[in-house]
Amino acid sequence: MGQLTYKQSWFGNVKGDILSGIVVALALIPEAIAFSIIAGVDPMVGLYASFTIAVTISFLGGRPGMISAATGAMALLFIDLVANYGIHYLLAATVLTGIIQILFGVFKLARYMKFIPRSVMVGFVNALAILIFTSQLQHFEDESVIIYLLVGLTLAIIYLFPYLTKAVPSTLVAIVAITALSIFMNYGVRTVGDMGEISKTLPAFFLPDVPLTIETLMIIFPYSLALAVVGLLESLLTATIVDDMTDTDSDKNMESRGQGIANIITGFFGGMAGCAMIGQSVINVKSGGRGRLSAFVAGVFLIFLIVVLGDIVVRIPMGALAGVMIMVSISTFDWNSIRTLHLVPRSDAVVMVVTVLTVVFTHNLAIGVFTGILLSAIFFVSKISKVSVDSKLEGNRRTYTVKGELFFASVTELVTQFDYKENVKNVEINLSCSHIWDDSAVAAVDKIVNKFEENNIVVNVTGLNEDSNELVSKLANKLGSH
Amino acid sequence: MYKKILLASDGSEHSKRAAANAIHIAQCSKGSIMEVVYVVDADKAKSDVLSNWNTADIGDKRKERMKDIEKMAKEAGVSYKLTILHGEPGPAIVDYTNKNKFEIVIIGSRGLNGLQEFVLGSVSHKVAKRANCPVLIVK
Repeated sequence: MGQLTYKQSWFGNVKGDILSGIVVALALIPEAIAFSIIAGVDPMVGLYASFTIAVTISFLGGRPGMISAATGAMALLFIDLVANYGIHYLLAATVLTGIIQILFGVFKLARYMKFIPRSVMVGFVNALAILIFTSQLQHFEDESVIIYLLVGLTLAIIYLFPYLTKAVPSTLVAIVAITALSIFMNYGVRTVGDMGEISKTLPAFFLPDVPLTIETLMIIFPYSLALAVVGLLESLLTATIVDDMTDTDSDKNMESRGQGIANIITGFFGGMAGCAMIGQSVINVKSGGRGRLSAFVAGVFLIFLIVVLGDIVVRIPMGALAGVMIMVSISTFDWNSIRTLHLVPRSDAVVMVVTVLTVVFTHNLAIGVFTGILLSAIFFVSKISKVSVDSKLEGNRRTYTVKGELFFASVTELVTQFDYKENVKNVEINLSCSHIWDDSAVAAVDKIVNKFEENNIVVNVTGLNEDSNELVSKLANKLGSH
Repeated sequence: MYKKILLASDGSEHSKRAAANAIHIAQCSKGSIMEVVYVVDADKAKSDVLSNWNTADIGDKRKERMKDIEKMAKEAGVSYKLTILHGEPGPAIVDYTNKNKFEIVIIGSRGLNGLQEFVLGSVSHKVAKRANCPVLIVK
């Protein structure tokens, strides 16, 4: 796999990038509006974000061909912030998210994302899918039966239209058809216009109207941190998928910095925090997009359409958007993980399910991911903390052979596995099949030696490997109790 | 007779039967080489990346899916090469075949995805229509 030069990544695939950028812009509009509505803000907040993020990332991102914009994963994180404090705190939080992400990029933290276990990643996307789905249920409340019809029809068009042609994104066809239908039949269902304003203007620079105090920082910081982590997580996952689809490499730290700058700019232009989108990136690559130009065209064409077609956008019925979101939810879910749930190790399955449940109950993807990581770590520690001790007797000398990792979690078990009262003169503790990892292990070995010596048995500890030896000599005089 | 042979494979039973035929043809002429091609499409990329998140190289996992065919080729003493392509299976195989001037393409009649094939037409059909060389479709 090789990486393109910056110029190649712009102009290496002009025709393909322009066409796919247009397709992505069309597919982005319904999603950007729906994600804004999930977050409880005006549709323009998501649309402006999609424009500024896509365009900024096209210059500064590390993965050409990947599409970043307003996303569901991020929108779900700041519902409470918007509800309790209003839009300006969201904009401030968006700027702070960007600053945190730049720091992640500068300190090259992206590679630590690889430490996130597979089962947590799978739990993350599944939980995201479930939250997107449940966020749509509100649109069915207090509505006539007609909403089910509209949603059903939307989904039917989305899934069946590609069999006719793949030239136009089927989500757009569904939106246009259902909007036309509801205008024509005059159903009186809720529309985008009922959820907020669409202003047919370009985004403008302004400072979020929040007091610049520590108190403000304390309010937005937890949200920003969660946004930064979730945004990078989804972007890294998306970047890896695009790497794989196109068989090229990407610069994950550059992507992290680029996304940070994109979010800062977005916050100052009245947009909400966003990140890379798996679904849209897949659409882009499938439609022939490979370079930076595709993301640039997507952003510019999107805002152009809004300025020109704003009047029509407000008449899109919510049922059509709910249908699109249900499709997004279905394609986000990793169905493969259900099929293989009984095949993967039991602990992996538990981690995945716990990650999903935590997110569903807390409505916070970041908390779910941390719970998952913590649980995986505990499972891992308990797996490797099994220590076995074999022993054999030769005359007056007993040899114990310890096998396993010696550290805080495994030492309690270890100490009980020796017979300190046995009638022998010499004891050898062979550690050649084990490793001493921390001060607890050194102290435990010390304790074992002491206990034997109390019974007048001479102890030899043998077979320490180099690492362990170094640690023991460093710690022995400080911790040694004899 | 045929020295540059392309075998399209997705690891399914059909592609194994196709492999048996490809090996047979390869044995007919000295110095022939069989290239086993596996295509990764967009939907596969997502689920493969997720299910191999902590593995060093997804490529290895994919090559593993072709290990039965590899074994068959080894036992028959046919020289072979594994290649992974990216994109839509049909067009990707056609492109690769025509660019590298293969002399014959061997492909199973049906892949893993029955429903899609019913509606969209099969990969083997697309390859047979557009490849610039003889195509052997194995039932």
